[in-house]
Amino acid sequence: MTTANRTVQFKIYRYDPDRDAKPYMQDISVEIEVTDRKLLDAMVRLKVKDDSLSFRRSCREGVCGSDAMNINGKNGLACLTDMSSFPPGKPIVLRPLPGLPVIRDLVVDMTQFFKQYHSIKPYLVNNDPLPERERLQSPAEREELNGLYECILCACCSTACPSFWWNPDKFVGPAGLLAAYRFIADTRDQATSERLDNLEDPYRLFRCHSIMNCVDVCPKNLNPTKAIGKIKELMLQRAI
Amino acid sequence: MKRIVVGAHYGLKDWLAQRVTAVVMAVFTIFMIAAIAGGAVSSADAWRGFMAHRLVQIVSFLFAVSLFYHAWIGVRDIWMDYVKPPGLRLTLHVLTALALIGYAGWTVQILWRL
Repeated sequence: MTTANRTVQFKIYRYDPDRDAKPYMQDISVEIEVTDRKLLDAMVRLKVKDDSLSFRRSCREGVCGSDAMNINGKNGLACLTDMSSFPPGKPIVLRPLPGLPVIRDLVVDMTQFFKQYHSIKPYLVNNDPLPERERLQSPAEREELNGLYECILCACCSTACPSFWWNPDKFVGPAGLLAAYRFIADTRDQATSERLDNLEDPYRLFRCHSIMNCVDVCPKNLNPTKAIGKIKELMLQRAI
Repeated sequence: MKRIVVGAHYGLKDWLAQRVTAVVMAVFTIFMIAAIAGGAVSSADAWRGFMAHRLVQIVSFLFAVSLFYHAWIGVRDIWMDYVKPPGLRLTLHVLTALALIGYAGWTVQILWRL
């Protein structure tokens, strides 16, 4: 293990709509210390060196989902990406998440993404009177929600999906569909049929052709393709 | 009128049909490979005799129908992804459907003229 500081090269997508006619790639290097284990640590040093660089970050531990970006061609969270995972000697290429409008540098406009998320009614629908304490589930029923509720809405998956690139206004996208299945699978939810009706559409659900880019990039190791498959399975059960 | 409209309430049937037709095509492919390996096309006469079987004609027809239905869903999805103006898209849908129906008729003619 090296103990000395080292210099890391970056190639970063820069675009400030107030000053730049069009986006460009900036070559910049920064000296990092051995304690800078994650990409985000190096980016914080970059920001000190060039404070015009814009990117989102908050919790710095893979919970808030703010620092999603395209790292060497693959979407991921800067705070969960190890500096040791990069091949030495090659610049690290950082771009904003693909397919969404760029506000500035690595900051994208997530409006469309959240619009799709809201369209699946991401909350429990239950019209029964509230019980005195809580709505109970058996451990097996609760188990169904594992792999679904952990989504942090970082948008790595939806912005890696070509179907979402072509139809972001109509296709719900992997993140939204994972959330949709999270409520369809919830035994406390009473709106299963309405939720399936809401998704039965050539665009909203059936633009997914199971290419699994979403599974490939998910920083939480979730599987939206599997959830989408289960939605289709339920629709089929309902129809035959 | 510029409104984003979704909620056509179809898609499941097409998704299912695409899978079922894929299975039909896969089974037919295995059947044909087995027939060829078994010497069904060792000569032009053998091939002609093989294709004259009623069963072979029917499974070949089922294969062709599966292929055209599968192609209809796939090609329509491509138009839906890349062609945005509704008029042009509808025209392409209609032309695709007509072409595939025409091919189906042509297939019948080829299969049963033997």
